[in-house]
Amino acid sequence: MQPLLDVSGVTLRYKTPSVLVTATERVSFEVNTSDRFVLLGPSGCGKSTLLKAVGGYLHPSEGEIRIKGRKVTEPGADRMMVFQEFDQLLPWKTVLDNVMFPLLNARKMGRSEARDRAAAYIEKVGLTRAMNSYPHTLSGGMKQRVAIARGMAMEPDILLMDEPFAALDALTRRTCQDELLQLWEETRFTVMFVTHSIAEAIKIGNRILLLSPHPGRVKAEVVDVEHASPTDGSAGRLEREIHELLFAQDGHGE
Amino acid sequence: MPIPNAKVTPMSTTAAQPRIVMRSDASAADTMGEVERKLGTLELLWGTAFVRKALIIIVLAVIWEAYARFLDNPLLFPTFIETLEAMRERIADGTIPARAWASIKILLMGYASGIALAATLTILAVNTRIGTDFLETMTAMFNPLPAIALLPLALIWFGLGQGSLVFVLIHSVLWAVALNTHSGFLGVSQTLRMVGRNYGLKGFAYVTRILVPAAFPSILTGLKIGWAFAWRTLIAAELVFGVSSGQGGLGWFIFENRNNLEIPAVFAGLLTVIVIGLVVENLVFRTVEQKTIRKWGVSS
Repeated sequence: MQPLLDVSGVTLRYKTPSVLVTATERVSFEVNTSDRFVLLGPSGCGKSTLLKAVGGYLHPSEGEIRIKGRKVTEPGADRMMVFQEFDQLLPWKTVLDNVMFPLLNARKMGRSEARDRAAAYIEKVGLTRAMNSYPHTLSGGMKQRVAIARGMAMEPDILLMDEPFAALDALTRRTCQDELLQLWEETRFTVMFVTHSIAEAIKIGNRILLLSPHPGRVKAEVVDVEHASPTDGSAGRLEREIHELLFAQDGHGE
Repeated sequence: MPIPNAKVTPMSTTAAQPRIVMRSDASAADTMGEVERKLGTLELLWGTAFVRKALIIIVLAVIWEAYARFLDNPLLFPTFIETLEAMRERIADGTIPARAWASIKILLMGYASGIALAATLTILAVNTRIGTDFLETMTAMFNPLPAIALLPLALIWFGLGQGSLVFVLIHSVLWAVALNTHSGFLGVSQTLRMVGRNYGLKGFAYVTRILVPAAFPSILTGLKIGWAFAWRTLIAAELVFGVSSGQGGLGWFIFENRNNLEIPAVFAGLLTVIVIGLVVENLVFRTVEQKTIRKWGVSS
């Protein structure tokens, strides 16, 4: 079976004014439909860069990225992004208009159809009451929920989430994680999720790709993550194992 | 008796368990303290900036009136009431409205052309690097140059009349608007740019649907500065000559009346310039601000 997303031998480099940085080196992985695929690693492992490359914002200098067999060359609405930053909502549009905007512009949907779909997804994230509010009146958690609703309403091939809960306070973060899982139970969308929190990776993902830093390389892949349960302590054990794995890498110092 | 008996602490082993003690404070809604209270009428009035500013203007008018009466020299300094009288007269006979309209018409022409040019320049600047360099060099050169300094040259090129005025107006508007719009575009966050591209927006659609609204606070600032520059430049330029021989603008009205020693009318002309400036600033731009950046919770 053809994987939904096929990343093969991808090397990503970007220029700063003085040096050429290699963010990831020959990274390969596959994401299947309905995967909750997590990229996990310490800072500097190029996980966000990798996600942006899948988003089409960066071009691999080696290897290629294919989604449903099509080569990724530029950003597109078949891969909706959810960013970490709260300013990802358009401040001049209400919550409803923010969710409708890509439906109208990228999907060329009719107004009433877009409106119904947007309203349905806003309801899914529990923000029906805030539908006509402007983003600046919402809390951080609400803004991220709107961004998720906006991404999901497009029903993209894959939802790309770049540390969407990292800037939230601990309590809101947990609620948002639970809600995301519940949304996944309902619609089984495919999501690729970047995080630097091991606990979050275990909670969200069913597969975790561990990356080592400088430059980013695949270190290991954790599968069947959903069988780790926080109640019998297996999640805690897995968390410790992953931690040791990542920590050991630091110790080697390459 | 305050010394506790060591034997009375067998509880300590169980007390070490964490536990939740429920408190009823939060649920007692009926005994809730006063959360909101209406303010008095006077306090509300004083809280309005408009009322305070109006009061300042009234006080200034009273001082003007008192001083002019004390001076008693209508040729140098007419009283406030004389000025109002002259203004009423000139409005009634249609002079001031006609002159004001003549000025505003020219102003809008220059303002609109200036904005159109600024838009063209900034769109070139966001899309090409050479455009950016061009815009930056031009603004660095011409922004500090007072528009009125170009008037002698404009008179040679375009002759006595509308052409020259529109030329200096464009010069006064263009650089302020272009500079602010450009810096506004540069200030649009990387995240919003990525969101726009995620939707597949490109070229003109990307500029109008993402960059312009996102940079709107800066653009509005540019429009306000441009408007103020243009208004000043126009009145100053009109002092040199009328818009056209028969039908001059407000600046010409002021100059004419000074020549005829109609000093109250000169004051009336100045007052009209101030009033139009205030109206545009407080009604037009304030309204636009309320409907946009205030509502969106963004500011420059």
